[in-house]
This record gives sequence, structure tokens and C-alpha cells, in this order.
Amino acid sequence: MDKEITLAHGNGGEENNRLIKEVFYKAFKNDILQKSEDAAVIEDGKLAFTTDSFTVTPLFFNGGDIGKLSVCGSCNDLAMMGAKPLYLTFSVILEEGFGTRELQKIVRSMKKELETNSAVIVSGDTKVVPKGSVDKIFINTSAIGEILVSDISANALGKDDLILVSRDIGCHGAAIFTAREGIDIQSDLMSDCASLFPVVKALIDKGIRITAMRDATRGGISAVLNEWAKQSGVCIEIEEDKVPVSEQVKGVCELLGFEALSLANEGTFVLAINKKDAIIAFEVLKEFNQNASVIGKVSDEYIGKVLLKSSYGTRRFLETPTGELLPRIC
Amino acid sequence: MDRLELKNLYDDFRDPKTIKSFAKIIEEDAKKLKRDINIMEVCGGHTHTIMKYGLLQLLPENIDFIHGPGCPVCIMPKERIDHAYILSMQEDVILVTLGDMIKVPGSNGSLQKARSKGADVRFVYSPMDTLKIAKEHPDKKIIFFAIGFETTTPMTAALLDIVIKRDIKNIFFHINHVTVPEVMKELIDSRDVHVDSYNNQIDAFLGPSHVSVIAGSRIYEIFPKSYNRPVVVAGFEPVDVMEGISMIVKQFLQNRCELEIQYKRVVTFEGNIRAREMIDRYFEKRELFKWRGLGNIPKSALKLKDEYKKYDAEYIYKDILPLEEIEDHKLCICGDILRGMAKPTECTVFGTACKPENPIGSCMVSSEGACAAYYKYGNFLKQGKRNG
Repeated sequence: MDKEITLAHGNGGEENNRLIKEVFYKAFKNDILQKSEDAAVIEDGKLAFTTDSFTVTPLFFNGGDIGKLSVCGSCNDLAMMGAKPLYLTFSVILEEGFGTRELQKIVRSMKKELETNSAVIVSGDTKVVPKGSVDKIFINTSAIGEILVSDISANALGKDDLILVSRDIGCHGAAIFTAREGIDIQSDLMSDCASLFPVVKALIDKGIRITAMRDATRGGISAVLNEWAKQSGVCIEIEEDKVPVSEQVKGVCELLGFEALSLANEGTFVLAINKKDAIIAFEVLKEFNQNASVIGKVSDEYIGKVLLKSSYGTRRFLETPTGELLPRIC
Repeated sequence: MDRLELKNLYDDFRDPKTIKSFAKIIEEDAKKLKRDINIMEVCGGHTHTIMKYGLLQLLPENIDFIHGPGCPVCIMPKERIDHAYILSMQEDVILVTLGDMIKVPGSNGSLQKARSKGADVRFVYSPMDTLKIAKEHPDKKIIFFAIGFETTTPMTAALLDIVIKRDIKNIFFHINHVTVPEVMKELIDSRDVHVDSYNNQIDAFLGPSHVSVIAGSRIYEIFPKSYNRPVVVAGFEPVDVMEGISMIVKQFLQNRCELEIQYKRVVTFEGNIRAREMIDRYFEKRELFKWRGLGNIPKSALKLKDEYKKYDAEYIYKDILPLEEIEDHKLCICGDILRGMAKPTECTVFGTACKPENPIGSCMVSSEGACAAYYKYGNFLKQGKRNG
């Protein structure tokens, strides 16, 4: 393990995984934790339980703010386990001098997002720390939900599954990066920040058997697919030209040398669904977003790897993103 | 008229049909070749394209690439990174540099590590953003750690030009700009102590187009003339690279050895004369500059002219910046990889002790370094095809 924590340890990629395994799992090891799912399944599979902390610069961005993010984040973790969000806790650490009006604005968007999920905040905590101790505001939410369908798991992918994505990818990562200080790119890029329970519920209501679902947050689609390939011991083959990427996100990637597949999302999820149900699932997804797409399949060619196939017949491995996101030099 | 979209600029140059057509032409031509051809793509940007688009898989077996030393981050020796680290640890200094320079480890660690120890290290996309940082922090000394080949040098010169004209007192420069032709000559001329570099495997060069947008294609004239190595200056999109390769193959078929430009849409023989003038105004050649893995190469880098030394961080901080040479890591074969004498996969630490998240050698650092590109995109898919 590295001697000191750097920003790379929080990027959702390899360094992040190492930190979790070698420090946290080592100490807290138990059967539930080690399943490494989006949310823990507890009480004999009746409930799902998760937690998430939020820090983002800027606090308010096109398509959302830290408040919306903090509700979506935890509720989406539940939704990805086929669970209906019920109760949340809310902890906030505030920097001395933070504006009350801004806080109210953040809380208002939390309220709105809770309504979308039909969930409520039932407990909370507030800390105020001296100026400079945190960057304006840090939020933590924990959430508990009722599992509607069981056996959704990142460990269960098999050769009969197809891989789908719910919409065009990379919007959140691209929007946040271009809004950062020092990156002078003007665009109307909008974060995809959204609650996923409504679309998940629609899939469940149709009786679709879902093998696995995961919202592609930090590390993007690449991180999810690589985790799945490793956890399930399969090869995932992706058709590059089937992966929906908006022209604007493509543009940002061109300018800065990023890969859309590795950019963060906050309201986009990847699904593994049995071939038999995939078409119906695709149709349901389309009702929520026109850009939903079937992007690949599961095979056994290179176990534990993700294969990216181009439309002119070349292939390469898609790796888990590493390091801090940095623009290329020339 | 339709609005010009960004995609209009690159879509055609990624067209699968065109890529396939070039692959076909190259395959047909290559059948008539009497020997194998090894093409060195000098620039990391080309390596990136070749790997990302899997172009090697489209080429016949008798055409191969040797990945060149054209990644400014990769070739940065520890000595220079240590300078950046020391400067960044000064109380009143903000160190500004470009992109993934902050990931490269020096003797004390990377700039990323300096940052986690409290140093103020920032990366900018454009050097001009340094002006804003300087204005916001009048009490700090802003040191621009300038890196890159001919492509980024004019931006540094332009920044210095503004600093002088506006008499800005708190921006300084640590110059690490390097030049392409000198290292290409070194690769052909040099004799390594361990390997006989005169037997280097380079048959032809694919030259980077963006370097020639500034410096012109003229900088490569000497290679076909005096070194018997054809050069094709090519763009960075997959169609550009495939056409460039096709042009090289045709030269061999027709027994020509010439300097050609594939990237005619922007590159001229003379280059950007105004940018070149600005570079000449402020910079002069260093006698020697150490390249990681390749050692000292004469006249291969730039420094500020003496008359501008009041802006030169190397001069201002000379008392705290060490000048001793540091030996490269023993197991790392970056030098041989950069000389075209070995493939990344021949290195014993490749993919094991040396990975992108913990690079030993420089080639693993940048996503455009040869080792990182191999690690990320792999080449054994091609071997699989060949064996199967």
C-alpha cells in the first residue's frame, strides 16, 4: 500500500480499489461487505443499505447541485440492487462562513429529489468547522430500501447476458471538468444527475429478469464493466460504435484527451440482462431516454477482461481507469 | 450553410471504410516488399493513435512499429522533476505546469506527492492561464515549469512575451523544452554501452504533424539526405496514420528515400514563421540536455537567453537546485525502448512492478508513453491473430 493518500486514491479506479481492499476490507471483513455490491443486502434479503459522501466543485452545476447529487447517489445505489428507497439519514459538515441561502438552495433540491424517490430523511447531523477545514460543504447520506427483486448481483453475469446502457455516457464528468476553474471551455453540457428508481421500477414492473445493474459513477462505464468481468469471471465484449456518446462529450474528450467510457456519470446505469428479456428492457429504457443502447455481450474469450471492438475490425482491451483525470499536453 | 461542428474536423479521418481501404492498399503493396520494414513513429501521439485504434492489427506482418521518444513527460529526467519538486515546496511559490507532468516520479516523488504534502501545484491547459493565477496571488511567485517539444514552445514564448510587455513581477520560468530532430539523430548515431545501437532497427520515420505546423517539415530534410531514412510527416487521426504508412511503403517499393508530407492540410515546409521568430527571440540551445533513458544529447533542448535570466527560475533558485546527475532505475529498459531496441513487453518489470498507477520508468507515465499505451491497449491481440 502507498505510504500516503493522494487524489488518485479516490478516483474510483485501481488505486481506489487497492485502498478499499488493503485498508478497509482488511479491518472490517465480513460476508456482506465482501460481496462488494452497490448496496449491502441485509435482513435475509429483505433490505438494502448504503452510504455515500459528497463533495463537488462547483457546488452548483448545469443539471444539478451537491444536494440533488447526495440524494440521487444513495438512492441510486439502492435502486441498483432492485430496492425501493425508503429512509435516509443526512449528515452535513459546513465550513464557517458558508452562505445560509446557498444551504437552503441545496436543501430544496434535496427535498425535490426525495419526492422523486418517495423517500424521507429520518435523522440528521450538523457540524460546523473552522474556515479552511473543509471545502464549503461536505454531505453524507445513508439510505435503506426495500428489496423488490432479489439476486441482482455483479457476481452473476453469464454467457446468456447482453450488456445495455441507459443513456448517452460521460455527461457529468465532462460538465464538471469544463466548469472547473482554470479550464476555459464554454459549453452547455449538462450533468446527467438523476434518480434511477423510476426507470428501475418500470423494468421490474414489466417482469424483466435483471442479472446485474450498476450506476456508472466515478471511473465511468469502464470501471463498471471491468469490475463485472473480474467479479463474474467472464469476458465482456463491447461494440465501440454502439456506445452512445453525445457530440458535446465527444468534443470535450477530443480537446482534453479523455475517454468518454471513463468519465463519471450520476444518472446513467449499465445493465446485464438475459438475451430473452433484453429487447423488452431496451424498449423500457428507451421510454426514459432515447439514447439507451445495447452495447455488447458476455463471452469467455479473455476471462476478467473487457474487449472493445471497433467498426473496422480491430480490438483492444478497455482497462479500469487509473490516476487523476488530467488533460493531455499536446 | 450548416454550422461547423467539431466532429466535422475529425469524422472523415476516422471513417472505417477509408481505414479499411488503406489497409488493403498497404497489404497489396507490402506483398511486393523484399524485406520487413520497421517504422518509428517518433511522437507519443502517433503511438496513442496506433494503440487506441488497433492499427497494428490492420497491417501485414512485415510492417512493424518502433515506438519513439516523443512524449515530453516520458523523457523528463529525474533531475528536472526534482527541480520542480523543490521549487513547489518553497513557501511562497505556486508551481504551474501542464497535465500529466504532475504524475511523473522524481527522486522524492511526483508533484502530485508534493501537493499532498501541502505544496501549491497546479496544472493548466493553456500556459496563458498562468496570468490569471499570478493576478490572483500577487504575494506569491508563480513558476511555470515549461515542458514539451516544438509544439508547446511557442505558448511558453508567448507567455514570456506578455510577462515582459506588461512588466509582471511574479511569473518565472523553468524551461525544459526539447526538440525532435536532435533526438532522432541521436537514435541513429549513438552507440549504447550495452547494445550496439548502430544496429538500430529503424528503417523510416513517421514524423509528427503538429511539430511541423510550428517548425515546418524542413527540420527532417537531413534524414532522407544524410541518414538514408525516409520521413513522412503525418496527422494524428487513424486515416492520417494509415495514409502515412502507405506513403512510406510506396517509397520502399519505388526505391525512393524522401521527405513527404501527408498532413498537407496544415503543414508547410517553412512552418509558422512568426512562432519560430518568437522562439528565437527568447530561447537558445542548451549545450547538453539529459533525456530519461537516453542520457545527454547535445543541443536537444532550449533555455532562456542570458538577457532574460531575471525570469529564469533555474538562475534565481540556483542555490537550492542540485546539478548532480542521477542514475536511472536499474531494471527499467526505457532507454532501449526509446532507441527502438526493445518492446515494452521485453522489460522484466513491465506490468508487474511497473504499472501506470505506479510507474518506474518514464514510458509508463503518460498515456502516450510506449509502455503505458502497451499496458492499456495491449498488443497480444495481434499476436493472437498471428498465431491463430
